[in-house]
Amino acid sequence: MNHVRDALPDFRNLGVVARILVIVNLAALLAAAVKAPGLGQLADAFVDIALVVEPVLIASLCLLWAANRWLAGRPYWVGVAVIAVGVMWLTAGAEWLRASVDSEALGVLRAGSFALLLTAFLAGYFHLRNRALSPALAEARLQALQARIRPHFLFNTLNAVLSLIRKDPKRAEHALEDLADLYRMVMADAADLTTLGREIELARQYLNLEQLRLGPRLAVEWKIEDAPADALVPPLLLQPLVENAVYHGIEPGAAPGTIEIAIRRERDRLHVKLTNPYHPDHQHRQGNRIALANIRERLQLHFDVEAELATEVSGPNFEIRMAMPYRRAASRPAPDSRAAA
Amino acid sequence: MTAPPPLRIFLVDDERPARDRMREVLGDLAGELPNVVVGEAATGPEGLTLLPQLPVDVALVDIHMPEMNGMEFARHLAALERPPAVVFVTAHDQYAIEAFELNALDYLLKPVRGPRLAAALTRARAGGAVRREPLERAAAAAGHGPRRYLSVSERGRIHLVPVADIVYLKAELKYVTVRTAEREHLLEESLASLEQEFGARFVRVHRSCLVARGRVRGFERVVDEDGEGAGWAVLLDGIADRLPVSRRQWPIVKALANG
Repeated sequence: MNHVRDALPDFRNLGVVARILVIVNLAALLAAAVKAPGLGQLADAFVDIALVVEPVLIASLCLLWAANRWLAGRPYWVGVAVIAVGVMWLTAGAEWLRASVDSEALGVLRAGSFALLLTAFLAGYFHLRNRALSPALAEARLQALQARIRPHFLFNTLNAVLSLIRKDPKRAEHALEDLADLYRMVMADAADLTTLGREIELARQYLNLEQLRLGPRLAVEWKIEDAPADALVPPLLLQPLVENAVYHGIEPGAAPGTIEIAIRRERDRLHVKLTNPYHPDHQHRQGNRIALANIRERLQLHFDVEAELATEVSGPNFEIRMAMPYRRAASRPAPDSRAAA
Repeated sequence: MTAPPPLRIFLVDDERPARDRMREVLGDLAGELPNVVVGEAATGPEGLTLLPQLPVDVALVDIHMPEMNGMEFARHLAALERPPAVVFVTAHDQYAIEAFELNALDYLLKPVRGPRLAAALTRARAGGAVRREPLERAAAAAGHGPRRYLSVSERGRIHLVPVADIVYLKAELKYVTVRTAEREHLLEESLASLEQEFGARFVRVHRSCLVARGRVRGFERVVDEDGEGAGWAVLLDGIADRLPVSRRQWPIVKALANG
């Protein structure tokens, strides 16, 4: 069922770049250890190898950065072959240059083969990592969260709708439509990533329903003028956090409280901040931590080290801050999962 | 045979739509089970102010409420001379439901159906007043944590003392004196059970005295009452009283001061 799509890694992701840097340098160190006659000469041997490896490594990473989008558009094996051949030629070229000044050079053929092997190893590594992490795992994590919208919310909302049916049938109708939409979106087939626009819509529908039963106790402030609706984000990024904000921030207080949702784009980063009143003596039944841990995990699966999630009690408020790379949804029209459901 | 007088009902729920809905269902039942809603409240403390002044047979009480949950509300209600019967209402609280069933307390699930409500009201009329013991056991089993208030029944009213305001609790002959910065109250509970419930907030300084950990300002050398050697007394925030620390408790109390 969970077919894993073979894909090259995102060469603009810091985590991917870091992994390549570490693995290639480890391989160079290993080669130096094999080559050096004793521990004393290890450093010399490494510098010797680094003279070729580092320029090639830096140049390759720059080229991969530039060609990231083009490569992502090719079939997987074409991409791998292009990179392997490219890296091999770069290495051979560098070695040839060095051979002109240094008689102890490795030889163009051997250096090229070494580069080819290492590239193949890296390709294999990212391939396996891809299999292990996504989308199967991300989907499993998402399903764990999908199953978790609080029954407390569902039954209280149904009760509130029942109270409207005789007095204000029109409003009851709208509420049931909201509820249906909400559950359809929450239970939709897990898309790899969804758009921020849809996530905002989902959180809005959820808050409309909470407003119905909490009335003036719940105030919501949206600060999303600078939020890019086309940003790609993991599905169910906002709604569980907003649900927690109501459950832990609004319901335990008899006085009205405000939930603030601020989303903005800053250059190529997307910043999300959620604030709600903090009730230190409110009993936490773990729910909060589960949703936070789940979202943190999925952010990592999707954005690796480039995503952050931090929580903080600041004065009378509880704050959640998230930051992640701003990726735009591809130009192709996003499949409407409502139609699919 | 004359029809029984209408059942007098009081509603406690923090959500207005939920109270409205309950009134509707009760209205639908009025034909087979005459009833009248005599009052309603949005929080526990509000309910405890209003309810004792009204003639109430049954209180329908939501569990999940701000300030004071439904179980605590019912426990304070039990301090009344003639408390009403209580039927709990909850949307979803697995722990509370298990606790109710274990302790034979009646509850309804939201959304509430007419026939179930009628059955619960009939049972409540027959079963009578809410009692403290099963409630205490249920509250402990449901894991709702300690109460936020202690209640003192005074001339048919319920006076609530926020636990956060209490400086110390002292066992007297039959009562426990509850001391706040402003005044004293007498409470009919045992110091041992209070220590068990509020152990996280109070420390025992003496066989007969619990002091709020956050109110300890310092210590002072004093001469023992019997004149044998010197002991220590606790200095408190906000009030001038000095409470002797027993030798047995001194190491624990001292550790608290150093920590």
